[in-house]
Amino acid sequence: MDLRPPAELVSSRARTMWAVQGVMLTAVLLIGGGVAWYFIDPDTMWKLLGIALITVVFVGTVLVAPVLRYRIHRWELTDDAVYTQRGLLTVEQRIAPISRVQTVDTERGVLERFFGLSSVTVTTASAKGELRIEGLDATVADRVVHELTVVTAASEGDAT
Amino acid sequence: MSDPSGSEERAQVSPGEGDARGSGEERAQVSPGEGDARDSGEERAQVSPGEGDAREKQTDPGVWRRLSPRMLLIHPIKEIGRFLPALIAVVVAGSTGGQNWWGVAAAAGAIAFGVLRWITTRYRFTPDQVQLRHGLLSTTTVSAPIDRVRSVDVTASVMHRALGLAEVQIGTGAGEKALKLDGLTSAEAAALRGDLLHRAAKATPERAVDDATAPPGDDVGETRVAAAYETEAVVYQLNPAWIRYAPFGPAGLIAALAILGVGSQFLNESGIGWGEDGLVAGAADRLAAIGVIAAVLAVLVGALVLIVVLALLGYLLAFHGFRLTRDARGGSYHVSRGLLTTRATSLEIRRLRGVEVHRHLPLRWVGGAYLSAITTGVKDDGRGMSSTLTPPSPEQVVVHTADEVLGEDLFAVPLQRHGAAAMRRRYTRAMAGAAVPAALLVVAAGIWDLPALGVCAILPLAAGVALGWSRAHWLGHAVTERFLVTRSGSIGLSTNVIERRGAVGVTVRRSFFQRRAGVATVSLATAAGNKDYPVVDLPQDQVGKLASQIVPGHIEQFLR
Repeated sequence: MDLRPPAELVSSRARTMWAVQGVMLTAVLLIGGGVAWYFIDPDTMWKLLGIALITVVFVGTVLVAPVLRYRIHRWELTDDAVYTQRGLLTVEQRIAPISRVQTVDTERGVLERFFGLSSVTVTTASAKGELRIEGLDATVADRVVHELTVVTAASEGDAT
Repeated sequence: MSDPSGSEERAQVSPGEGDARGSGEERAQVSPGEGDARDSGEERAQVSPGEGDAREKQTDPGVWRRLSPRMLLIHPIKEIGRFLPALIAVVVAGSTGGQNWWGVAAAAGAIAFGVLRWITTRYRFTPDQVQLRHGLLSTTTVSAPIDRVRSVDVTASVMHRALGLAEVQIGTGAGEKALKLDGLTSAEAAALRGDLLHRAAKATPERAVDDATAPPGDDVGETRVAAAYETEAVVYQLNPAWIRYAPFGPAGLIAALAILGVGSQFLNESGIGWGEDGLVAGAADRLAAIGVIAAVLAVLVGALVLIVVLALLGYLLAFHGFRLTRDARGGSYHVSRGLLTTRATSLEIRRLRGVEVHRHLPLRWVGGAYLSAITTGVKDDGRGMSSTLTPPSPEQVVVHTADEVLGEDLFAVPLQRHGAAAMRRRYTRAMAGAAVPAALLVVAAGIWDLPALGVCAILPLAAGVALGWSRAHWLGHAVTERFLVTRSGSIGLSTNVIERRGAVGVTVRRSFFQRRAGVATVSLATAAGNKDYPVVDLPQDQVGKLASQIVPGHIEQFLR
């Protein structure tokens, strides 16, 4: 018996957003490399190494990671539990009974707002047991938060 | 309300009749009995005045009281200690200028400061709060609601003990600052501790009070000051011979390092120091004459002897007379310990979620272990000992104590092994760590043409195999009716027992290599202790089963 992955995918726009983040990181590296090339003019070996590094970063963060993350990042909300899966090299699945949920936070960064996305963080009494869903469609996130708050309010106990 | 006879007697302590009626209600609530004392107003008339002045004074409600005047002896000494560097500077500056009275003035100032602190510090007991007020111009009042009291710790330093005093720390929660009453008499402190803990316990009905474990006839001596301790059953009592585990235990080593640090600082300041003309430099010359190897050996042996002595000393200072008792009425465990500074601390059974049995390497080799508690909402006291249940002791004693505390024979339960893939991973990981120094040795042998060095590469590899074997040997877990037992590690081997009802979630982690090996790490997330108790490298086909044992009823819907 093993756990199946959670049912729901995050928004496909999240894939684009992660790729844009990769492009931005590559751009920063390119500018840094360009400055070094112009002012320091290092040995050819260093130049080649730099080019190789930037290529690897570009391929990794723009072409590969967003696709993998989109496949891995999943979530599911049922009547009595929250289930999330995230990660890239290390995949982490977390399940928390709703009766143990303490707070539900929504977070929208600048880029997330541009893409109409939200991150939802569900915390429990364990400082190391928070569940995070990144790249949710904003309306879906609002629905999730609403459902969670309604159910948590209805459940008894102090969630410890 | 388990023993009304005792509490009623307690409510009769006020000898002054006239005012007893007026303030009867308040008094009844402050005194250790509970609500039903209010009805016993008539019985109050039958007061026996010899009941103990300490209790009468401390439970008198609403009156601001000062701490023991004997603290006037302690405060100035403490103040002088705190301002010592400044004082020395003042005295030195004064003496070069020929004005010695500066030093006298500074000392007098320090003493006056201490007296002022005593005058401006007051405390009182209101019906439902303990309050402490201090400050001259801006007064600060700290209040602790009595029904929220979680811990009452009594500490007595050497100075305090010489004067028959103690410091009481009343804690109401993890996030809040403890209320400190520094300077009650020992009797007052002991009585206050018993009263507060029992009353806090009664104010919280859901607390687990296991009457069955209380010794029979425990409500007889309630009126005495020491009554609080008569309901306690001793769970663990340190045998002085167990000091032999001190050099192998972590606390002993830490204490040794701390003492060493203080010692070296002291040496520095006393002018003996490590300087050019100091003793140490002279010693170094002599050592050079003997020869480098002898010197290294001597230093090593000297350091070893020093560490052993310091570890023994640290163990003695911290753990002398260590006693773990269960107070069934108060629903808590009590620890008392210490050679010079004595400490009495408590731990609520309600907050206990399990225990950790530590068998770190040097300690395990000599058959020792130590026990710590997994609790919620207990902040570390800064000495890293708030959760210590036993100091390093013989393994059987520790396991027995753990069984007593948990109320279940857990260490007899056979642990489930994690299968071939998990065992393989223990070896590969240990060998990967050993390969680095081995490779370095081989490279070094090639560079300097020293074949002997290359042969030495076998050593880290052998150590890697031994470590892998040991880790594979100890890895395991078990699930019982109430607990999850996990055991892992080798050098830092620990067996963790966590109550399953404390689980707030489950985490399944798979690294790239774990996915390839078909294993996963399943952790129990909890609010207590480390917050995360992992079962490492469980075979994939058992993940669902363990997860549904950790949070029963919620996992089945997510299984394949």
